[in-house]
Amino acid sequence: MKLTVWTYEGPPHVGAMRVATGMKDLHYVLHAPQGDTYADLLFTMIERRDHRPPVTFTTFQARDLGSDTASLFKDACLDAYERFKPEAIIVGASCTAELIQDDPGGLAETMGLPIPVIPLELPSYQRKENFGCDETFFQIVRHLAQPQEKTPHLTANILGPTGLGFRHRDDVTEITGLLEELGVTVNVAAPMGASPVEIARLPAAHFNVLLYPETAEAAARWLERNHDQPYTKTVPIGVGATQDFIAEIRTLAGLEGRSDISRLRLPWYAKSVDSTYLTGKRVFIFGDATHVKAAARIARDEMGFEVCGLGCYNREFARDIRALGREFGVDALITDDYLEVEAAIMEAAPEMILGTQMERHIGKRLGIGCAVISAPVHVQDFPARYSPQMGWEGANVIFDTWVHPLVMGLEEHLLHMFREDFEFHDDAGASHHGGHPGPRVEGGQPPVGDADSPRDISGSMEAGVPVVQTDGSIVWEEAAERELKKIPFFVRGKAKRNTEAFAVERGMSEISIETLYEAKAHFAR
Amino acid sequence: MKDGPNIPLSTGCRDTPVLRERGQREVFCGLTGIIWLHRKMQDAFFLVVGSRTCAHLLQSAAGVMIFAEPRFGTAILEEKDLAGLADAHEELDREVARLLSRRPDIRQLFLVGSCPSEVIKLDLARAAERLTRVHAPQVRVVNFSGSGIETTFTQGEDACLAAQVPIMGDTDARELVVVGALPDVVEDQAKALLNDLGIDKVSFFPSRTADALPEIGPNTVFALTQPFLGDTHAALTRRGARHISAPFPFGEVGTTQWLAAVAAEFGVDQDLFDRVTAAPRARAQKAIAAHRETLAGKSVFFFPDSQLEVPLARFLVNECGMDALEIGTPYLHKALCGPDLDLIPQGPIISEGQDVDKQLDRALSANPDLTVCGLGLANPLEAQNLRTKWAIELVFTPVHFYEQAGDLAGLFSRPLRRSEMLHFEAAE
Repeated sequence: MKLTVWTYEGPPHVGAMRVATGMKDLHYVLHAPQGDTYADLLFTMIERRDHRPPVTFTTFQARDLGSDTASLFKDACLDAYERFKPEAIIVGASCTAELIQDDPGGLAETMGLPIPVIPLELPSYQRKENFGCDETFFQIVRHLAQPQEKTPHLTANILGPTGLGFRHRDDVTEITGLLEELGVTVNVAAPMGASPVEIARLPAAHFNVLLYPETAEAAARWLERNHDQPYTKTVPIGVGATQDFIAEIRTLAGLEGRSDISRLRLPWYAKSVDSTYLTGKRVFIFGDATHVKAAARIARDEMGFEVCGLGCYNREFARDIRALGREFGVDALITDDYLEVEAAIMEAAPEMILGTQMERHIGKRLGIGCAVISAPVHVQDFPARYSPQMGWEGANVIFDTWVHPLVMGLEEHLLHMFREDFEFHDDAGASHHGGHPGPRVEGGQPPVGDADSPRDISGSMEAGVPVVQTDGSIVWEEAAERELKKIPFFVRGKAKRNTEAFAVERGMSEISIETLYEAKAHFAR
Repeated sequence: MKDGPNIPLSTGCRDTPVLRERGQREVFCGLTGIIWLHRKMQDAFFLVVGSRTCAHLLQSAAGVMIFAEPRFGTAILEEKDLAGLADAHEELDREVARLLSRRPDIRQLFLVGSCPSEVIKLDLARAAERLTRVHAPQVRVVNFSGSGIETTFTQGEDACLAAQVPIMGDTDARELVVVGALPDVVEDQAKALLNDLGIDKVSFFPSRTADALPEIGPNTVFALTQPFLGDTHAALTRRGARHISAPFPFGEVGTTQWLAAVAAEFGVDQDLFDRVTAAPRARAQKAIAAHRETLAGKSVFFFPDSQLEVPLARFLVNECGMDALEIGTPYLHKALCGPDLDLIPQGPIISEGQDVDKQLDRALSANPDLTVCGLGLANPLEAQNLRTKWAIELVFTPVHFYEQAGDLAGLFSRPLRRSEMLHFEAAE
């Protein structure tokens, strides 16, 4: 048993729903109690889909448990076939149905439906949403893909986009365009947008482009083994990664095609003098492994940030992310407990978080800006405008998105200079974020949260960054404390921590203004 | 368009044959009630014993993640809990001890059963007794089920309240208990109205804190503010309390009749009643009239969701001049909804339970001006050119009593006004 308040991933059958909802002419018959239908709203509300997910829930109730839930399932299967006339059906159980052991797969096979019926085994008490996507897509491909000749012209499949994916819609468009420039035509993009008939045609392509290892790696591996289709290993998020991706495509395709980079603006924007202030900004990166890996490289190499912490919530990729952490000189955090993530962020005291919707909330509480780089998603992660993460336009979008939470360059200087101005003070936050600066409270506002903070449920955690140490070991002199408060909020936590570390190292018990500036000089970079 | 309330001359819908459906139900489970109950009961923590799906539901049903100090959580059952390797009760005791040590402000802990915990027959009632002994007197531990196999959406609140009835203290005092979770602002309004009528001994259930749990006995009378409290009604009746039957306090008419029934019980004289209610009644009528212009003559179709459908249909038909085509409800408790059914003129289909695909067919063929439905159906129906009001807002918004009557009407008129406002054609 594990106490959980918020989860990064849903149960595995939600992953199966993401695959089914992305596809066309496929239906999912899910043995599940009433109430599990809540998952429909993820698609209709968060993603604003104009159709119900193609999912029939058996919605059994307590009174059915005593009688015959198996025939309830078979009836639901038959009704779904007759009403929706899908080209194929996937069948499975949610967590509760798994316990009653009706074997939906076995039941459906005996029904003699004239279409492929694909059973799913998704262990609800061991695995999670991403596994559900990956396994479901793998089973669909394994059951439906047909041996065939490769297309006469050069083609590739795009694998991985699903319903409810972070920017999947626009990534597919961007990468399809990029492949076309390079001389490669997309055979099938799947699961999103593909029908079972198109899945059957997957083996006609010469190779596969794996956009999201989280959702389609099992299928890509199987296609490589069984249909002689190599797949790409680079995820083209960021300028460098997109170049690596292009090199990989050229090798796989044996082509010399070039991509037009005239619309790529990230490198110039990062070099332009206005971006100087981005230098060495300390960022904490957390999300799914694929997006974290990409973000870390962009942060360091393309934005000039310092990565002060990173991690992922999907354990399946723990080894990769630990290796990435070593490359960046930080301990990678592998956890799906957001309280641990919050604690790690407080400890690292970054100037910005690159995270998920969960970290956005953590950032809000801690007063740290956050740009969302990964699922879990919310309605605002499905913008009306075109905003991919991948390819050249993706890089442009990322530059804009990551800079937005920060105080702008010149503004930052002005805050340093006039930080005691009664109206234009740093507690007012970045001017382009609206919100009206209140008058300055003596000593500034507390850097952390409010009474409503969920820190309340983890009382053992250090509550923010108290200005005066209370454990007795180090005491801030009053003047030093006042001086500390003059330091802008986005670096105050770090300054305090560094100064105290500096003092401890030297066996000092009191911190004076002198100590504060000694420490500043010591840690100057 | 009529000006006053549309009170039918004929008999109402109480005896209309009910269309009973048993198919796929597009509804939430009872765990959803935790979203508002944990805000209402300020020293309570709701610990769901369930699966990742339960945790994901709570996170998703809130629409946004309520990151402000959630007083709920899910103890997620893992493979080893099911395989018998770990004694689930020991695991639970450990998690509860950890939780309570981190949250010393908690006075009542609800162990909430889920589909998986019910299916594996994890005895949470026994666990609650054991944990109460361990953590008394600081914390009281109570168990109820919010599982989807037993409860639909608002029935979770019913189960939570019914579970508290046995622990209420005894009293012989003549007291009024107002039953059903209301936002504090609405509760305060109701209390003021009742006090002005001279009814001083009023308590509210659920109470904001554990200490304020009402006492109960043979001289207690209670009035319900929510139609989904069937089990709570039965539990209170078993303790000797008596129910004051009335329409539910929605809109001007509903609120007046609800108050009138309570006033009659307490022998409040008519003059006082008129004096106290005249001003808020007039305000409510005025506020509703503004929306009535949009709503009158329009048709409405209810998908089953919160069990509020019957009283809300009563409000829309009687007070807003709408025409109900189908009133679907997950469960029809005629004893509680009878007074509202009486006020709805015959005509609409009354359906109980659901077969969602068939009901969607009926809705599309009826082509109502407004469809009240759950979040899973709203956008798909909008895409088919039906205007919708998503129903969960009705349980997350203050809608009871006089001062909210206009807001309640506004929830229904806004989608219609919006669709009239939006234009995407060329100007020409």
